[in-house]
Amino acid sequence: MAWDPDTDPVAPRGLSTCDRVLELVDGRADALVTCGQGTNALTRFANSHIHQNMAGDDHHVRLRIVVDGGRIAQATTTRVDPDSLARLVESTIAAAHLCPPDPEYPGLAEPAAVVQVDHFDPETAAASPDARAEVVADFVGAGSDLESAGYCSTEADTHVLCSTTGLRYASRSTMAQIDAIHRAPAVDGPPTDGYAQTTSSRLSDLDGGRVGEVAAAKAAGGANPIELSPGTYEVVLEPRAVAAMLLFPAYLGFNGKAHAEGTSFAHLGEAQFDERITLWDDGTDPRSLGRPYDAEGTPKRRIDLIAGGVTVGLAHDRRSAALAGVGPTGSSIGQESFGGYPGDLFLEAGDESLEQLIGSVERGLLVTDFWYNRILDPKTQVVTGLTRNGLFLIEGGEVVGPVQNLRYTQSVVGALGAGHVLGLGNDAQLVGNEGGIVHVPSLRLRSWAFTGGAQG
Amino acid sequence: MFDLATVAVDAALSAGARYADARIMIVRYESMSAKNRVVEGLSQTETAGIGVRALIGSSWGFQATPELTVAAARRAGERATEVARASARVSGAPVDLSPVPVIEASWANPYDVHPLDDVGIGERADLLVEVTGAIADGGVPLAQASHQIWDTEKWFASSEGSRIDQHLVECGAVIDATAIGDGETQRRSYPGVRGQFGTRGWELVRELDLVGNGPRIAEEARALLSAPQCPEKTTTLILGSEQMALQIHESVGHAIELDRILGWEAAFAGTSWLDPAQLGSMRYGSDLMNITADATLPGALGSFGYDDEGVPAQAVDIVKDGTWVGVLSGRDSAPLVGLESGGMVRADGAARLPMVRMTNVGLLPGDSSLEAMIAATDDGIYMDTNRSWSIDDKRLNFQFGCEIAWEIKDGQLGQMLRNPTYTGIGPRFWASMDMVGGPDEWVFWGTANCGKGQPIQVGHTGHPSVPARFTDVRVGVR
Repeated sequence: MAWDPDTDPVAPRGLSTCDRVLELVDGRADALVTCGQGTNALTRFANSHIHQNMAGDDHHVRLRIVVDGGRIAQATTTRVDPDSLARLVESTIAAAHLCPPDPEYPGLAEPAAVVQVDHFDPETAAASPDARAEVVADFVGAGSDLESAGYCSTEADTHVLCSTTGLRYASRSTMAQIDAIHRAPAVDGPPTDGYAQTTSSRLSDLDGGRVGEVAAAKAAGGANPIELSPGTYEVVLEPRAVAAMLLFPAYLGFNGKAHAEGTSFAHLGEAQFDERITLWDDGTDPRSLGRPYDAEGTPKRRIDLIAGGVTVGLAHDRRSAALAGVGPTGSSIGQESFGGYPGDLFLEAGDESLEQLIGSVERGLLVTDFWYNRILDPKTQVVTGLTRNGLFLIEGGEVVGPVQNLRYTQSVVGALGAGHVLGLGNDAQLVGNEGGIVHVPSLRLRSWAFTGGAQG
Repeated sequence: MFDLATVAVDAALSAGARYADARIMIVRYESMSAKNRVVEGLSQTETAGIGVRALIGSSWGFQATPELTVAAARRAGERATEVARASARVSGAPVDLSPVPVIEASWANPYDVHPLDDVGIGERADLLVEVTGAIADGGVPLAQASHQIWDTEKWFASSEGSRIDQHLVECGAVIDATAIGDGETQRRSYPGVRGQFGTRGWELVRELDLVGNGPRIAEEARALLSAPQCPEKTTTLILGSEQMALQIHESVGHAIELDRILGWEAAFAGTSWLDPAQLGSMRYGSDLMNITADATLPGALGSFGYDDEGVPAQAVDIVKDGTWVGVLSGRDSAPLVGLESGGMVRADGAARLPMVRMTNVGLLPGDSSLEAMIAATDDGIYMDTNRSWSIDDKRLNFQFGCEIAWEIKDGQLGQMLRNPTYTGIGPRFWASMDMVGGPDEWVFWGTANCGKGQPIQVGHTGHPSVPARFTDVRVGVR
């Protein structure tokens, strides 16, 4: 049965708060108001014990005011009592009147059909600290002779968005994660780390013991790594590394505002990537997490970004869409100065297992994760960073041993260019990067430039 | 507010905690950004809440609530203890808290002009519009400017009896010019890529002369497009003080965080290459390397009166004459290496757990100058203004990029170079430092976006620094 916000135990309070704020605006401005209510909890462990364990309640109201057709101010408060809401409205209207007008202001969104995707699990929303600790205990126990570190988290969000243009949306979502490492002691040198994770809308999907076994096996296999000379190597990137690689194309490339300003690499209609690459953004996919509409109230939908290697789309908020002469794509993060962000990325999977991808490599490297990735130039998409949590040498189609971490300096567009994608895994999964949660498989790439060893 | 905090602490104790503390925070924040004479973003935030820590045995719990009511405070105290009890299911070694005197105090940083209350929002907006106009008139397609302002009130109460309230006013601004060429972009920022921030009022922004520097950065951004690439070689490298601030932050500041050294950040931020057994004896750099963590520097962004465990702000030696002698620590980490808390634990708001953070981790001045360093260099490169930063999870292997560089030949600055980068290993790099700028060049750089922890927390850190020279550095890595 479809979720009904009016009978939900939480959403009606958000709806009435938003209604109250719009009443206080009282026709003096265009207004968009959102109310978020929820909980977030994160149980963190290191040295195989829980050392930081936090939980918090969230309740906030965000108001966007537009006067004189383009003078805009936005304010947020966690103080939701009547006096504070009245102060919020008056101060935001006053601020808007004092701001210079934005000549590119596109107006507030009009009502449109929203695909109602319910990424919500009541048990996850009500998860106790004991439930999270149990997942942690299982993870730690899976590597009893190893040290472990990481976290188990649960989040719940009930969100309402209303506007003077008649928008009246509500959504709810939950998320649970176990994201952790086991650390194997080395005979000579620092411990080696093995990583594993699961992300889901349901805490019950998190099997701490199974994730712990994967991490423990990887850590044990990484002990006493050899030092390998920097250079260009064929690579198999596991999903976490693929997610890290896609951050900068998503953030600075498929951003419609960056494209309009000329700082994006993207050339619409050009075959900039290997024909095996198909990438899209879709907040309505049942596998994604989060809300079915963006911060401006534009419904989310599938946005094709790369189709068979051809760059075909961009992520727009209302302002960047108007500048480009297209419709918004539901990609606003609430900051017009930033532009649009594809926050629900999917990279099309292939049909090869990770073992098959590795089995096709004559000599190369298996990369678990990339770390501290920083872009050198958005147009070339040259990024530098380091490997982490498991780097292994592949010879003759087999993993033959661990390798010390390496620094890379590599153009992401170049790495995914024509003829460079040699294989796509069938192991697509939700995995986090610094920009959010993406759904990606493992990748086998012809070349990746490693520019420095662990010792410089 | 102390009454409310006390309710939370008492509730935690009643529920079984052996120690508890509570922070009430009310934070007013504003960010404003403009591009090409248009204000594209204005966001104002008021965040209020209570965060409660409870300790049972060796296990911590933390609960936050945005509600400032007696009932909510009591509930937060009880839940913090419940969370701590859950932590005990996977417990570790005993926790001994570093001793701290019972303190009843008020502290506020001085400022001349309150950035929110004494300056009209229209004036703040007009400045950004004017400066982006000045940059755009310099012939670049993208001219940006932004400022951020924080007004933070906090009240701390502990079960040991401390009652401390503080008021911090912080602000700063940044401008940048981006030139776009065939296949690449070039950016110049002022006063640095992260701007300049401090525990000061709007006078800090006025002193920056943003409008006066706009045309210069536009001209430099355009010039960079046609400048030759920074060559790949091993050479003598001089870094300006802004890039030195980043170098200190990444390869010293994070490495000396005791929570990292102890493995508490192993899965995310990482660990450290430093071994506590070598504290007091290990060489971190050359004899010219003197690093302090000084939370008492007036106006610097990492200054405060008391940390979020109620420990007074301190000035601590970190590296003395090249030898590693100190760490950044808190009440539960310091005793594990035989120290007392350095008063360096802070949280990003009431809803976040306090953790070890940098204060003002900076390089003390030497007796040279940028001019003297250049004059003493036959063949080298001078780089400034950070552009990219990447360092491994042990804070050892770094590769940093700068916005701009100039070659140095026979003691003179030569042609401008684009896309300069350099790479190295922390202690080897610092060991090669052979000239350090003097007191006249000492700048208290502020970094307002230091990320750490899970959930991620954004910290405000300060980095006093001066220009410095390093030998045998690999540059031009691509």
